[in-house]
Amino acid sequence: MTTTLPTDSGARLPGLIRRLTGDEKHAPSAHSTIDVLQVLYDRVLRVTPDTVDAPERDRFLLSKGHGPAAYYAVLAAHGFIPDAWLDDLAGPESRLGHHPDRLLVPGVEIGSGSLGHGLGLAVGTALGLRAQGLLKPRVYVLLGDAELDEGSNHEAIAYAGATGLDNLTAVVVDNESASYGWAGGIASRFTVNGWTADTVDGRDHEALYAALTGHRPRHPHLVVARTESKG
Amino acid sequence: MRTAFIDTATALLDEDPRTALVLADISAAQFAPAGHRHPDRVLNVGIREQLMIGVAGGLALTGLRPIAHSYATFLVDRAYEQIKLDLDHQGVGAVLVSIGASYDGSAEGRTHQSPGDVALFDSLGDGWTVRVPGHPDEVAPLLRNAATTDDPVYLRLSEQRNTEAYPDASRLLVLRRGLADAPLVVAVGPMLDPTLAATEGMDVTVAYTHTPRPFDSRGLRALASTDVVLVEPYLAGTSSAVVSRALADVPHRLLALGVGQTDLRRYGDPADHARWHGLDADGLRRSISAFLGSVGG
Repeated sequence: MTTTLPTDSGARLPGLIRRLTGDEKHAPSAHSTIDVLQVLYDRVLRVTPDTVDAPERDRFLLSKGHGPAAYYAVLAAHGFIPDAWLDDLAGPESRLGHHPDRLLVPGVEIGSGSLGHGLGLAVGTALGLRAQGLLKPRVYVLLGDAELDEGSNHEAIAYAGATGLDNLTAVVVDNESASYGWAGGIASRFTVNGWTADTVDGRDHEALYAALTGHRPRHPHLVVARTESKG
Repeated sequence: MRTAFIDTATALLDEDPRTALVLADISAAQFAPAGHRHPDRVLNVGIREQLMIGVAGGLALTGLRPIAHSYATFLVDRAYEQIKLDLDHQGVGAVLVSIGASYDGSAEGRTHQSPGDVALFDSLGDGWTVRVPGHPDEVAPLLRNAATTDDPVYLRLSEQRNTEAYPDASRLLVLRRGLADAPLVVAVGPMLDPTLAATEGMDVTVAYTHTPRPFDSRGLRALASTDVVLVEPYLAGTSSAVVSRALADVPHRLLALGVGQTDLRRYGDPADHARWHGLDADGLRRSISAFLGSVGG
């Protein structure tokens, strides 16, 4: 298994994102995730274009599948997909839609778009790895704060915490999109169920790196990445 | 059938390290011994059916073969979008095993009844194999067959049962043959015995299958004459579209019998519900006789 060396995709990302068009509606959600994605793919995830099917790879599941411009740009920057794919987002011949499809895009672990599915799939993936003795890979799943409104997430939060599923990290990008907000903070909803949690500035790469690698034994881990309000 | 499922799934967990079982508290006690032996592959997520299917999807993504099990209404109706997205859309399969089919839960009321489950699978396209055993001895071979593949399979277990098992009835199996051009009556799963009783003495061909999806269209074309009668233990008309497609270029009439669309808001036992839905032998005989007697009428 090849370990990804630290790389810096930052210089390429603005140009790659500019090549993506036609998704204006979801632009705020795309930009809210770019720093988390950059840190994950540059420094954290042990997965490369050559290991997208390797059992030992880390898994990254984008649950918040809308506004995937930043995701596609990061995948292109790391060589999972050709840059040219970015020029025809959701076109008739495109493999890149407004919501990503795992059967169409190399390196994409789940097809997503409908909210509230990624965390359940991530829990199953973490359990499946553990059952096969694959104890090194971590499962990262990225959600939005409004997505947590979906009750399916609450099923997964409670179960993962109760069973101490410690190869799982959820990342919630909090741009204050939830209709009624989260009194007491997002992290409290997880920690009360047995998760460990770090809440950090979602634009601070060093803080994100520390949080994304700050999991502890016997607990699933949460990273809340706070960004500017969607407004 | 439930016991046969539990015994066979327990054996599969012992034999095949690829199999995993996901429960939502239903049947958890019966699977406790298997859980002690295979704590990483017998997973009870609590009363969380959406998560049950999401977990099954995640397990399948890592290469395991998940079996998920609950009452049909919770496993299929409640978690329908998870079946659609966490399995189908991800391009992975699982074995979904339900109990409480249609009016098995008559005394429990509508909350525990799911006559529309097979129709829901039809809405997902043609990828799903749907097995509706009519006898406990049909369960083990069907489950074992499903466990060896990665395909999406729905196994629909019932407390209603026929007196004899026909494990090889993946395709239409002729159990009573009428004269040339006799009407064809197709009975699915536990509807076989009442269908045989209802058509006693009639000049009809009776064929049985426990696998309505994929439907044996070739067998249907070989056996069908002008008149075709479907007798299914779930919503009436569920297989009408399949039969109509198979016979699109052949002049035919179709009578589709099954559970009615209306919530009866009555309790009683399954035999009462069979009678109210016209699915007991007397009701079936009345419907089939009227249909066949109406030729040219």
